[in-house]
Amino acid sequence: MLIRAEGISYAYENRTPGMKRQSQPVLENVHLSVDSGEIVGLLGESGSGKTTLGRILAGLLRPSQGTVSFRDEAAGFPFRGEKRRKIQILFQHPESAFNPRMTVSASLREVYTLYHLPYDRMEMLTMLEKFGIYEEHIDRYPAQLSGGELQRIALARVLLLEPEFLVLDEPTSMLDEISQAQLMRMLLDIRDSREIVYLFITHDTELCHFVSDRVLEIRKGRIETLENSESPSPKAVINRLNLYEEEKR
Amino acid sequence: MIEIENLTIAFTKGKPVVDYLNLSVPDGKRTIVIGESGSGKSMMLSAILQVLPPDAAVSGSIRLDGLELLNLTEKEMKKIRGARLAYIPQGSANSLNPVLTVGFQVAEPIMEVRKKKREEAIRMAVDWMRRLQLGNEERLASAYPHMLSGGMRQRVLIAMGAAAGAEVLLADEPTKGLDKERIERVQDMLLRLEGKTLLCISHDLRFSREIADYISVMYAAEQVEYCTKEEFFRNPLHPYSQMLLAALPENGMKVTAGFAPPHGKDQVGGCRFAARCPGCTEQCRRTAPPMITVGKRKVRCHRYADSG
Repeated sequence: MLIRAEGISYAYENRTPGMKRQSQPVLENVHLSVDSGEIVGLLGESGSGKTTLGRILAGLLRPSQGTVSFRDEAAGFPFRGEKRRKIQILFQHPESAFNPRMTVSASLREVYTLYHLPYDRMEMLTMLEKFGIYEEHIDRYPAQLSGGELQRIALARVLLLEPEFLVLDEPTSMLDEISQAQLMRMLLDIRDSREIVYLFITHDTELCHFVSDRVLEIRKGRIETLENSESPSPKAVINRLNLYEEEKR
Repeated sequence: MIEIENLTIAFTKGKPVVDYLNLSVPDGKRTIVIGESGSGKSMMLSAILQVLPPDAAVSGSIRLDGLELLNLTEKEMKKIRGARLAYIPQGSANSLNPVLTVGFQVAEPIMEVRKKKREEAIRMAVDWMRRLQLGNEERLASAYPHMLSGGMRQRVLIAMGAAAGAEVLLADEPTKGLDKERIERVQDMLLRLEGKTLLCISHDLRFSREIADYISVMYAAEQVEYCTKEEFFRNPLHPYSQMLLAALPENGMKVTAGFAPPHGKDQVGGCRFAARCPGCTEQCRRTAPPMITVGKRKVRCHRYADSG
């Protein structure tokens, strides 16, 4: 099993000075396994705990109880070494994923420095072109780019690390329809060309059923499996997209 | 009625962010302006409210019931904002003051515009929230913004915008980042404000389908299509409108190759959508299309040149 979460519970603590300490449980004894090659959709309304679960699986939050394992080995907290690199997350708000005082190219370069990857600007530009990002984009600051452009750059940045498990935390909810469709199409293409598994967190039921192999719903901190027999497989989606391209020609 | 004529907004650097925009917003109707980020729709709202950055150069005309807003002084504009033109900001942005109660913030425009005392204004604010069915209004009035969900914050902002009785509401992406259920509540609330004129910018097509009377589509600083909601969803004319609808999951999320050009990138003549248009011709690359009237609709595309 690529990722396994067992008995995960999480509660947010109110620690405002001078106020009574309060604990608000968000997740209760959640079990979730994700195997290689699948896209798992995770539905749930705002406040249901889906982002919290995504952050726990990405190693950004330490669960109050339970464990996360990667390739049947406990991941611990914080994730270290290979796990830290192979498990990544794409956030809902692309603008908050970039340092506003750094140009986009400087933000991208940080990844090369931190992970000791060989940096070559031309090579990076060639890679970014596949995401519709060109030289004129990357010398700008995040505030000078649209949400769709920033989210594509954020995705490219994450993929530099060649993750095997990617948490997609509502990556399209701030984007217009075309940017949303483009990003989802890219994610499906990437899934087709390399070994990567997505946990797709969203509150958009149609979109979730459209792209996922398996759909789960989180309600009041617990997970339920939804029937997803009517939704097409990602392969079918790609075929349909290709068909459209052919029609266009 | 708001009438925008040849509105152009430019900054010292780069091309105009709004280019010769013409738009009539009929009284008592809901007009939704659709377009991706950077298409100029937020700038249009800022121009109507006269809150553009100081280095923005504005030309053209914006009339509110015949009154030219671009000629007004800041003092005169202050009397219009809140009283005749209300602004509803995005709930996902931090638009509410975190240290003031909801009741006080909804009452503020009533105190400011209708010159009511604080206690009376708060009472009126609670009554107003009750009319709009926000639910649990007394408790809500004494709550602080951090205690509310994103959806409730957005509904409070709508209540606040409309509290002083303005007939024209200008809303900035009221559904951005909200889940389906919360979007429906925002929809219901906007529908409850019947009789008010709404000019709303959004990129949410499903929301637009529910509440719009008219749709105006913007692309790269220009208006490219204007029609009724029914016409837009039944038979969009502009290739960009067609692409928007095809990209919906229920329509198969079809996307054509090519991305929107970076903001402010120089356009070299021709149609601004040419590089992404599946039906682009030599004429499209060479000459910019004018706005063409097709029946009661308007579309900026050479394809309809003979229909005008």
